[in-house]
Amino acid sequence: MRRGRSVGFVVTVALVLGLWGAADLTGSASAGRIPVGMPLEFETDEQEEQYRRLVRELRCTVCQNQALDESNAGLAADLRGQIYEMTLDGAEREEIVDFMVARYGDFVLYRPPFRTDTLMLWIGPFLLLLAGILVWLQVIRQRQQMAQSRELSPEERAALERMERDE
Amino acid sequence: MLRYGLPLVVMVAVLGLLFVGLGVDTRTLPSPLVGRDAPSFQMEELRDPDRVLTEEDLKGGVSLFNVFASWCYSCRAEHPYLVELAKQGVTIYGLNYKDTRRDAEDYLRSGDPYEWIGFDPEGRVGIEWGVYGTPETFIVDADGVIRYKHVGPLNPRLIEEKIMPLVAELEAE
Amino acid sequence: MIPEIGQFALILALCLAVAQGVLPLVGAARGQERLMRSGTFLATGQFVFLAISYAALTWAFVTSDFSVQYVTQNSSLALPMQYKVTAVWGGHEGSLLLWVLILAAWGVAVAAFSKALPREMLARVLAVLGLVSVGFIAFTVFTSNPFERMIPMPADGTDLNPLLQDPGMIAHPPLLYMGYVGFAVVFAFAIAALIGGRLDAAWARWSRPWTTVAWVFLTLGIGMGSWWAYYELGWGGWWFWDPVENASFMPWLTGTALIHSLAVTEKRGGFKTWTLMLAILTFALTILGAFLVRSGVITSVHAFATDPERGVFILGMLAVTLLASFALYAIRAPKVGLGGGFGWYSRESLLLANNALLAVACAAVMIGTLYPLVLDTFSMSKISVGPPYFDAVFTPLMLPLLFLIGIGPTVAWKQSDPVQTYRQLRYVLVVSVLLGAVWPLAMGAWSPLTALALMLGIWIILTAALDMRNRMARRKGRGGAAMVRGVMQPSYLGMHMAHVGLALVVIAIAMVTTYEVERDARMAPGEAVSVGGYQFTMLNVGPVEGANYDADRANIVVTRNGREVAMLTPEKRRYFSQPEMPMIQASLNRGPFRDLYVSLGEPLDEHAWIVRLYYKPFMFWMWTGCILMALGGFLAASDRRYRLKARESSGTSQRVDTAAGKAAGEVG
Repeated sequence: MRRGRSVGFVVTVALVLGLWGAADLTGSASAGRIPVGMPLEFETDEQEEQYRRLVRELRCTVCQNQALDESNAGLAADLRGQIYEMTLDGAEREEIVDFMVARYGDFVLYRPPFRTDTLMLWIGPFLLLLAGILVWLQVIRQRQQMAQSRELSPEERAALERMERDE
Repeated sequence: MLRYGLPLVVMVAVLGLLFVGLGVDTRTLPSPLVGRDAPSFQMEELRDPDRVLTEEDLKGGVSLFNVFASWCYSCRAEHPYLVELAKQGVTIYGLNYKDTRRDAEDYLRSGDPYEWIGFDPEGRVGIEWGVYGTPETFIVDADGVIRYKHVGPLNPRLIEEKIMPLVAELEAE
Repeated sequence: MIPEIGQFALILALCLAVAQGVLPLVGAARGQERLMRSGTFLATGQFVFLAISYAALTWAFVTSDFSVQYVTQNSSLALPMQYKVTAVWGGHEGSLLLWVLILAAWGVAVAAFSKALPREMLARVLAVLGLVSVGFIAFTVFTSNPFERMIPMPADGTDLNPLLQDPGMIAHPPLLYMGYVGFAVVFAFAIAALIGGRLDAAWARWSRPWTTVAWVFLTLGIGMGSWWAYYELGWGGWWFWDPVENASFMPWLTGTALIHSLAVTEKRGGFKTWTLMLAILTFALTILGAFLVRSGVITSVHAFATDPERGVFILGMLAVTLLASFALYAIRAPKVGLGGGFGWYSRESLLLANNALLAVACAAVMIGTLYPLVLDTFSMSKISVGPPYFDAVFTPLMLPLLFLIGIGPTVAWKQSDPVQTYRQLRYVLVVSVLLGAVWPLAMGAWSPLTALALMLGIWIILTAALDMRNRMARRKGRGGAAMVRGVMQPSYLGMHMAHVGLALVVIAIAMVTTYEVERDARMAPGEAVSVGGYQFTMLNVGPVEGANYDADRANIVVTRNGREVAMLTPEKRRYFSQPEMPMIQASLNRGPFRDLYVSLGEPLDEHAWIVRLYYKPFMFWMWTGCILMALGGFLAASDRRYRLKARESSGTSQRVDTAAGKAAGEVG
């Protein structure tokens, strides 16, 4: 028990120190790095809009669950720099997204792609909504009939309810 | 009966999923680069700044491509194993990630397992390789195709059970 | 010594919980009065020993007893005293101890406030609560013992996570746990009713106030968490659709559905099996939440240091709970009556729609939260599901619900007429649409979704006002006092307050997402930036020292039309425990219609710093809305009729039930 806990702790520390925390210390040397909140110049409003949307919709892969926009991790700063440069070079949104996915996988996308294996993710809730509507209609029809029928004796009611349940 | 038993069935399914999910390692990211050509790059050699390395330098034999930095504690942990591997004749190339030449050369005093080391102070080559943490180790085949990626320090068990068999298998191809 | 006392008390509490889970149940089955009565005594005893245990852990924190491993990991000598006290729940083990303490407190409350309940019922409720306690205390003792010693004893602790060193964190976990655990009480009522086979209107009336109070705490807990994230995480976000947030949001959604479904069960005897199912599911979702947060199965910012072994334990608990409840449900539910019939357009049918939408919304959140795990488990691919997904899926499910909130309270039970509703609400509808359409224009940018959200927010507020006016008008003949009394009836007023609170939250969300201004700037002393009509001038940046950190603090003066509005002092802190991870401490000036929000980034050179400035409209409405929802819930739960009828209920429940049955037959 105890060992499990301390191993977890060590791994966490290793993650923090080894993988990205320390990257911050050396980070200031690199030019492509954009710290959080760094003011940026864009040629057009569209470019700025595209950049701001991308850094919000792309995930910082080393962080637990943070968008690039808000992460202080060294890698996040590098990737912001990459997106910024590509945007200034005139890359379209899709191009940049493809670039990131090709290197880091679908995991970087906070908006999961629409594919066969994510089909249920995207349409599942709406299928359930449809099911909800059908159940609503079904219950309403049943209760409407109950409301319209004359008053039944307790035995009749019990029998009716049994029948309804068994159908 | 169905409508009263159905919740039970759904719940059992969800519980089963969660139970299996417990055993899954949710932290490691599979690399989309596995099975593809190594990304193209151009960078200086760490110890020989005049030499320019490209993806062509990966070809010609099975190799390990190891991403490291002097500031990375886990890299120090796996370093002796790399030195050992190199002694056994495994070709290891290095990518010195977001580091300075001086620190990296200090770091290598304890042993240098690398055939050549790419110098990537800004982490740009790292982005091309989808590096998200150090150390990372790729296995590249003779045609320069990435066949395997491991994130985190290498350890004897991993080397014995995964790295060495795969290197041997690829060399036989 | 003290930690050992704590440990011992914890184990004693476990023994008492076992007795509480068994004896009253046996008593109720055999009709033995003394065994049934033991529940109250055992619940009190359990609470006392857990309180002793909790006090012992607090003592270990206050005296910095680093021989206790948990204290070492979550405290340090330099940690300020108020955070030493709250650090008790700063980690997994201690938060679990708080959880079981609150669970026991709810048990005592049930015993104290339910003297009017039939003895068998109370005995069964306390027994179920005892069994839940057994699960959680055993979990604490066997997998997460907070009193574990550490030898040799370190000289200092590793400190509390800096994110948790904040006043918002003092209130957030206890409130949230009050909510989570409150639904255990609701669950206990449902199971007790299932065991006893008494699923009548009286059961619904007993459950209602407990459900509402649990919901109130959960609402406050979630709201407080959001409030904390807003100013503490540094970049002004207030909801991230993070798995841990979703874990608390799912039971909130089903709990909300439960409150509405219970209304039908109490008033009309309908939806009984569905109400039962919701009570069971809501409780199960709170356990699922514990699983998601504490097992490490899902990656999240808020997750505790995790351990799969704990995951297995919680999963086992969840499995036992669900299997036992649903087995009981499958046996008993088919014998439960359907209650009264109703027309397609009636209060019942609208509440049914409300429940369908909330259930689907909850399912959608669950799909989004668990889907990455599903793909991971079958090794298909590794994906992230984040805000863009939830916004796209959740919003369309909520919009019709918001529309229904305006209609529901004005529609009669059993049978009503849409034409009548239309006549009653048409002017309000027109006004809402117009105001909602014009307001965004006045703000300077029009988008359909913003307009729609504002329309719906205004719609809820106006329909509530109109309904209250109409209610007064109907009592005109009976004099002014009767008119006021009619509107001031707590459960009625509470309902509208909660609805208006939600409307405020909706308006706030629409406003802040559409009209927020974010500006990144490079600021050196003397330089000024203008955001949202305010001038932000950097005066200086200087070092400050905290108890367990040092920091750089910027002094930024905010002016509007030359008049000083506020002095903002964002900081960048380096806690001694993790100097390599600087913490952002944002500085806010809050106002009724906008927050000004400033975060200090990194230094660019000797003078200039990166500063991120926000103008966030209507954030105040979001918190006000949450508080209104909670107040409304409290008001509704305090309604006298729950207490009065509870006292006579044992005799009248039968009558109420047949009355509902008769009412069902009246139409036609």
